[in-house]
Amino acid sequence: MDADAAKLLATALAIGLGALGPGIGIGIIGGKAMEALGRNPEAESSVRTGMILAIAFAEAIAIYALVVSLILKFT
Amino acid sequence: MPHVSIKPEFVFFIKNFGITNSVLTSSIIVLLLLIVGLIFSQQTSQGKKSTFSFFIRFIIEKLYTTFKPILESKTDALFPVLASLFFFILLSNWFGLLPGVGSVTIKAPERLSIEKPIEESIEEPKEKEKIHRVPLLRGSTADLNTTLVLALIAFGLIQFYGFKELGIKYLGKFINFSNPISFYTGILELISEFSKILSFAFRLFGNIFAGEVLLAVIAFLIPVLASFPFLVLEVFVGFVQAVVFSMLTAVFISSAIAKHH
Repeated sequence: MDADAAKLLATALAIGLGALGPGIGIGIIGGKAMEALGRNPEAESSVRTGMILAIAFAEAIAIYALVVSLILKFT
Repeated sequence: MPHVSIKPEFVFFIKNFGITNSVLTSSIIVLLLLIVGLIFSQQTSQGKKSTFSFFIRFIIEKLYTTFKPILESKTDALFPVLASLFFFILLSNWFGLLPGVGSVTIKAPERLSIEKPIEESIEEPKEKEKIHRVPLLRGSTADLNTTLVLALIAFGLIQFYGFKELGIKYLGKFINFSNPISFYTGILELISEFSKILSFAFRLFGNIFAGEVLLAVIAFLIPVLASFPFLVLEVFVGFVQAVVFSMLTAVFISSAIAKHH
């Protein structure tokens, strides 16, 4: 395998594997938020705030992977 | 593939101090915010009722009620800085989506430095004939330097308010000799405190830069209309990231000033 092929493979693997965990995490967060809303519809605004914050934390992990793969690809 | 540069490029030089395209954009945004603020303050002090001042007041009120449940009694003291963080990030996220930003290019300036002759000798002669062009403007949050500065400001705010509210006891969260377990968790807290800088900076930069790359790639694949839904998505992402940045700062400040138990 030459260097360019390894670089391309590394780019794809970095974002592909890095998106797995956050994907599962965001799914769980969204599902739990819907559950909470179903139990207690009055608390919509506070549930939404918490949900967006938690999603931002989970998403940050995917973004790290994305930054790594962007750096691999464009530098 | 369209040309994508992960770092901002120099647009012009003042003596040897390079001005990058993202610095130029940030200055434009700061000027814009300043002008809007001046007009708004003038209109409210004169008691004039215009659509503009009602609109600004509506936005600020919405923002205030979002921060209120998080910061409670500290809202009035912290609202100005959090709101300015929010507006600056929001405008710079959306500025990168305007047509012409990133697509209008100018000729790259000559750098007046000593390294130049060495670089030239290494470069191939063919490369020199082609004129190197750089984009004039670039969304300022699509630059790691800007987001890192914003993250450092947020981090500084968190520590400042922690020390201001709790005094020297604030350090007790991190350095604690009462028992081995709390000593260990204190070290973990310290690490997580500094990783906030990295997390803040990379989250904002990654989202906005990835959005711009996505738009460029989609426009390259299907030139007509296909990038429109992604443009709408990017407008939404820009808003959410601005909310998340200021909201996370608020949440971290409120947990820093909470009494240790």
